[in-house]
Amino acid sequence: MADVLPWLLYAGAGWIFLAGLYGLVTSRHLVHTVVCLSVTQSATYLLLLAVGWTRGGTAPIFADIGRHRRVVDPVVQAMTLTDVVVGAAMTALLLALSVQVAKRRGCVDPRLLRSLEQESEEERGRPAPGRSG
Amino acid sequence: MSGLESQLPVLLVAVPLAGAALVAAVGHWVPRILADLTAIGVAAATAVGAVWLVVGLGSGRVVCWLGGWDPQPAGKDGSARESVGIALVADRWSAALAVVAAVVVLAGLLFTWRYFEETSATYHGLMLAFLAAMSGFVLAGDLFDAFVWFELMGAAGYALAGMRVEEPRSVHAALEFGVVNTLGCSFSLVGITLLYARTGELNLALVGERLHDRPPDALVGLTFALLLVAALVKAAVVPFHFWTADAEAAAPTPVCAVLSGAMVATGVYAVARWWWTLYDGVLSAALAEHLLLGLGTATALLGAVLCVCQRHVKRLLAYSTISHVGVALLGVGLLGPAGLTAALAYLLGHACTKGPLFLGTGVLLNQYGTVDEHALFGRARGHWLTLSVFVLGGLGLAGLPGLGLWWGKASLEHTLTTEHLAWLVAVVTVSGALTSSAVLRAAARIFFGLGADPRERAEETATEEHEEQGEVTRGVAALMLAPAWLLLALGIGLAVVPDLHRAGETAGEVFTDHHGYAAAVLRGASGAVHAEHHALWTGSSLALAAVALALSLVLAAAWLWGPPALGRTRVVGALRASVDALHGLHRADLTEQVGWLVLGSAVLAVVLGR
Amino acid sequence: MRRRLPLVLGAVGAVALAVVGVRAFLGLPGAGEVPHPYAARAVAAAYAHTTPNAVVSVTLDQRGFDTLGEEFVLLAAAIGTVLLLRRLAEEAHEDRPHDYGPEDVFEAVRLVGALLLPAALLVGGYVVLHGHLSPGGGFQGGTVLASGLYLAYLAADYRTLERLGPPGVLDTAEGVGALGYAAVGFAGLIGGSAYLANDLPHGVWNSLLSAGTVPVLNVAIGLEVGAAFVLVVAKFLEQALLVPREDGDDGGDRDATAGEGEH
Repeated sequence: MADVLPWLLYAGAGWIFLAGLYGLVTSRHLVHTVVCLSVTQSATYLLLLAVGWTRGGTAPIFADIGRHRRVVDPVVQAMTLTDVVVGAAMTALLLALSVQVAKRRGCVDPRLLRSLEQESEEERGRPAPGRSG
Repeated sequence: MSGLESQLPVLLVAVPLAGAALVAAVGHWVPRILADLTAIGVAAATAVGAVWLVVGLGSGRVVCWLGGWDPQPAGKDGSARESVGIALVADRWSAALAVVAAVVVLAGLLFTWRYFEETSATYHGLMLAFLAAMSGFVLAGDLFDAFVWFELMGAAGYALAGMRVEEPRSVHAALEFGVVNTLGCSFSLVGITLLYARTGELNLALVGERLHDRPPDALVGLTFALLLVAALVKAAVVPFHFWTADAEAAAPTPVCAVLSGAMVATGVYAVARWWWTLYDGVLSAALAEHLLLGLGTATALLGAVLCVCQRHVKRLLAYSTISHVGVALLGVGLLGPAGLTAALAYLLGHACTKGPLFLGTGVLLNQYGTVDEHALFGRARGHWLTLSVFVLGGLGLAGLPGLGLWWGKASLEHTLTTEHLAWLVAVVTVSGALTSSAVLRAAARIFFGLGADPRERAEETATEEHEEQGEVTRGVAALMLAPAWLLLALGIGLAVVPDLHRAGETAGEVFTDHHGYAAAVLRGASGAVHAEHHALWTGSSLALAAVALALSLVLAAAWLWGPPALGRTRVVGALRASVDALHGLHRADLTEQVGWLVLGSAVLAVVLGR
Repeated sequence: MRRRLPLVLGAVGAVALAVVGVRAFLGLPGAGEVPHPYAARAVAAAYAHTTPNAVVSVTLDQRGFDTLGEEFVLLAAAIGTVLLLRRLAEEAHEDRPHDYGPEDVFEAVRLVGALLLPAALLVGGYVVLHGHLSPGGGFQGGTVLASGLYLAYLAADYRTLERLGPPGVLDTAEGVGALGYAAVGFAGLIGGSAYLANDLPHGVWNSLLSAGTVPVLNVAIGLEVGAAFVLVVAKFLEQALLVPREDGDDGGDRDATAGEGEH
């Protein structure tokens, strides 16, 4: 039965990734968008760790185990660590941008913040004409 | 290779990083000018170091294993060598791209020397970090390391693009830039993970060797598709390009120059590097070629068509960047040394042409507070300094012999012809002519007031840009334009120095030498390459250049004076309707941009993952 | 129709990706039996450099260059966030300092905060310093250090947070941390081997001063990460306290104005 675990992890990673993508394309709030991006990144963490799984492996910390004890892959753990830090950094940056967008436009709905050519200061807060909002 | 030279690749990354940290740490405590000088000094030193590396490399490679983790012999016969460390690998073309990155960042920093009153040391720190990331990326010999530098490019880039927080367009565009690019990098991380799962390695050379161990399957194809996503997003290739126009329209001018000149080039470089170290000989070359040529064509034409529809000069330049990236991708898509040389030379020339155009636009913005072609109509009469930049840049975009893009364009046209892809030559010529005509039209309107006065027609209100405005005397304008002329001069150098052409062709052979790369990285071996050289200034290339220029001038005249009666014919009406539809599609909000990214990735995956 | 476009694009793309993905994943090697070649070499290298924590050995010793980049991603993001959330000249006149005043927080909460703060800092320092011996390291420890300072905000108020971690000092601290990491790398270069070479004495297995440069790098990272996270959260809090509400009240931060509102 242990062989099922990695496939469950891959499936879980794939599902989380798709859930994040779904959130991104249907988002109506910038903070929700940034968080969905985080969710997508979480899927990559899970995938990395799943790839490194070893049956019967323990943590790769040899302070109290023997040299030849089977351990999970330390390289993917290092990669995941880097990925987590990068993800946190990006989240902070994108949230800062969202805060500023909210302040300047008075609107946090990405569907309403249409591409720049069409925007004018008078549209602040109102849905664009012809849309049901 | 002396000791210092062999460590140059590391220094090209570590020195700007240390500079960024230094400026971040003490920049707020010291006078602004000190932070300025430090940043400019570090960027200049990096540029000098990169040039030294290019010159010293010859037809070899420099491999730096970080942390002293040189590859150890594995197995009893000691022939296969492996390492746990990260390698930086420099060959002439990657070092040349590092030069471009450094020079463009330096130009941007020089440009802000006299204006940009309110920025702090943070701006300098971010620019240096951006430079370090680009250097690190082009020199990286390790998949995950490349990913980290991609992310650093992103982090610095989003903050720089959104720097003018009082300007709603800036922050919105930076947010789009951020979300789309970060998502693209996530896709690529999945690709890297899958490659690691398959091969158990992260070093490019080692992964490449392992991928040859068994026949390729859907997994390998999928990894290439996923890796391409991040590269194509950064390079602004269709359909991952929607962020570019907004970001480059609204970002501060020097940041636009860096994004357009250097960052998109690293995206195209990534496609080439990953193909030639990982997938050459593994995946079907014909399939990859069709895919890349298709993407390149679509990007080149779409960018060019949308370029001529813009009145916001920065947006116009952004779409022209997209178009030129498409052309460069054509060169890469040929999957051969000649095509690659042409593509990379094209990107170098593009940086030396697009950078000055953005800087010139920045001067206009500074003087008049707007970059709307219609609002600026006739207002800049007599500004010969800025005009010269626009004219040279505009003509350069069409491939005027002797200017930056000439080398790449002529080489690319020659290679396309020898590969029996003559219709793609038409794509190259037409897209270049279209973008050039748009710039020349803008220059004619702004500096001479030629053509019908657009303000007499019912128009939307002009877009006002409230930033970057100040009193600009002739002297200050000259100072601000000095980096633009520096870049233009470098472009001329690229076009006319024949030794560069020969060196570039040899370097292209080195770049595409899959086995040589692995040998150099893993076994420290160096080998000779044989390159074919062809003349650049041939009759046919000059003729094609003449055609492009003529077309550009005719089109510019048509935009300026095109009789209104012509505009009412059926054909033109249909054309206009379809372009308007395309335009409408490009008013994409963030969710649509993500949707396009997902669809684009899926198309790549389906094509490659069969 | 246009409204549905993102969902349609995303759905079609996702389905196609899922189909290709499943086919591709079926080609993944049988998981869990043989370690990846890189992993096996990494463990051997960790032993060679007397680092019991193989993950930290990979992160800071074998792939230290990656971590350099990652650290600078955090630095760029932190200074970028500070830049993006800066107060503009026209916003400065809206500043009312007394809105950040001392709070009507329960004395018990204050006491617990005051007790927990040094404990959190101590744990953070421990995690940073022992990164090479047990799970931990600069990033993890730095986050704990930062959360210790968040306690100051939760238990007291924004003013206290600002006093404990003045933005100027934090800015410099993160720069120094990042510079420290890069400098250790240069030390390796100057010492004749390579950038980021682990040339300090490797010490005795399982002791605090072992694994060469790894503890030093951990300290640099801990400093940078702690400072960066506090700075970023402080900037966001500042923004929250600045944004006026539509009904004319100012300050979105309830506990900052609760005391005022009741008077």
